[in-house]
Amino acid sequence: MADVVKVATRDAYGKALVELGEKNDKVIVLDADLAKATKTINFKNAFPDRFFDAGIAESNMMGVAAGLAAVGYTVFASSFAMFAAGRAFEQIRNSIGYTHLNVKIGATHAGISVGEDGASHQCCEDIALMRTIPGMTIINPADDVEARLAVLAAAELDGPVYLRFGRLAVPRVFDESYRFEIGKGNVLREGSDVAIIATGLMVAEALAAAETLAAQGINARVINMATIKPIDKELVIAAAQETGVLVTVEEHSIIGGLGSAVTETVCEACPVPVIRVGVEDKFGASGPAVEMLKIYGLCAENIVEKTKAALALKK
Amino acid sequence: MDAAAKKQLRIKANQVRKGIIEGVYNAKSGHPGGSLSIAEVMTYLYFCEMNVDPKNPKAENRDRLVLSKGHVAPALYAALALKGFFSQDEIKLLRKPGAMLQGHPSMKLTPGVDMSTGSLGQGISTACGMALGGKLAGAPYRVYTILGDGEIQEGQVWEAAMFAAAKGLDNLVAIVDWNNLQIDGSLDEVNSPCPIDEKFAAFGWNVISIDGHDFDQIDAAFTAAKDCKGKPTCIIAKTIKGKGVSFMEDNCDWHGKAPNQAEYETAMAELDAELAQLETM
Repeated sequence: MADVVKVATRDAYGKALVELGEKNDKVIVLDADLAKATKTINFKNAFPDRFFDAGIAESNMMGVAAGLAAVGYTVFASSFAMFAAGRAFEQIRNSIGYTHLNVKIGATHAGISVGEDGASHQCCEDIALMRTIPGMTIINPADDVEARLAVLAAAELDGPVYLRFGRLAVPRVFDESYRFEIGKGNVLREGSDVAIIATGLMVAEALAAAETLAAQGINARVINMATIKPIDKELVIAAAQETGVLVTVEEHSIIGGLGSAVTETVCEACPVPVIRVGVEDKFGASGPAVEMLKIYGLCAENIVEKTKAALALKK
Repeated sequence: MDAAAKKQLRIKANQVRKGIIEGVYNAKSGHPGGSLSIAEVMTYLYFCEMNVDPKNPKAENRDRLVLSKGHVAPALYAALALKGFFSQDEIKLLRKPGAMLQGHPSMKLTPGVDMSTGSLGQGISTACGMALGGKLAGAPYRVYTILGDGEIQEGQVWEAAMFAAAKGLDNLVAIVDWNNLQIDGSLDEVNSPCPIDEKFAAFGWNVISIDGHDFDQIDAAFTAAKDCKGKPTCIIAKTIKGKGVSFMEDNCDWHGKAPNQAEYETAMAELDAELAQLETM
């Protein structure tokens, strides 16, 4: 494991924006005084004429993004997840969602892995908020390879997209051959005893958990679910039918995120037990990111434990 | 502005007012007070100022209007119908299931509506985005946005005001409909944003204060706005809420209430009488 490459998805976001900017002169990037942290600074440096800083005014930034999209631009609007999805929720809902405009919200510093900044900045509610907006696509990439592909795909999609990126450098899961498609999950490891459906930085943890489970004679299927809306119903239902029990894993509240999307899907199509691994119904706290992930039960060993609990529920 | 042109505009404004009353009466709900107060400005925008083509409502270089105070959609709809964007018959279907005319403007459903609005404070931000896009493309179009005086209590308005000045959006004009009344009472009784002119000036805008029912002053203000380079213009239009219908004038009870049949007939009779008088001028 020593040679595993670790890159933050926000870094991939910044680079992918430059790549997009080179191909498409209709791409505009907005930020709210966090360009150095969200990595939109890369785009600002490459295309200063197509980068605009809205200052610390996220609500207005979302409206400006909508206006630019209404006159023909593809706009990436960036801030931390807390201030994008949280503070500007209603602007996203009314000016971007209701209008179904071409605004891509690049939300970085999502989840508990923000670390030391603490609860005020650790947004574990953003997926839940964005899922309620009709027509909103939500993508939470697992690593830098997928993050880059997600940015490029989002630019091609007609309508609003919420892209969720992290601050922490995370292990690379995919290689160059990976093909990303919005709305499609992918099976990273075959298994028939249980299916672990993971998203974002938890995908690497889910793979590690599956390794441990295999050593104990449990064959866990691992599914990467980058697109949380629209959820890949076909893949979820197939996993439920073929394994009979599901575990969802996300660095987000267990309320309203991937766990909810999967549960809603199987409850209506083929009910099976679902155990949700995520941030329990509580706020975060300050501490180093890796430690916070441990404290909040977001590590491979937690997934192992919860998967065994899930298997006990299997009929 | 010559007398003949002014007479035609006053007739159009009268027709816009009748469209407002017709729509709100048939919908049995809506916002007549603030719609009537902005009738002259709306008329001027669609029949004098804005470069728009009802046959090509999505024309790339058209001027744009964002009705930030989206609840006065009846005024916008009346002007759009009069201009020919859709049939006058649609007015009677306002707020009905399946109708193109929603309670608040929808760019997806209504030809001529440039942005969906309704949640106060958001329209001016989207107008800033359109103006910025125009600057970036070197496009000739101008962007107009109409705000309520109560609406400017929203913090987002001042985020947008700061942005527009900082980015030098001189292709943007914001009109504040200063009728002094909001749902819960007068501006003073609720939470006064006054002095409005000094606030916009302090935010870096070119500010012009006018009587919002006087076409000469409206004309002069929009002309001056075009001549102002380097900063956005705010036209503060002093108006009377409910203007043109005697019992609705300066009465906040008519902010969001539809007339009953008797009130509708009285309102229409008053507007008919005004029209007859205008036509003899």
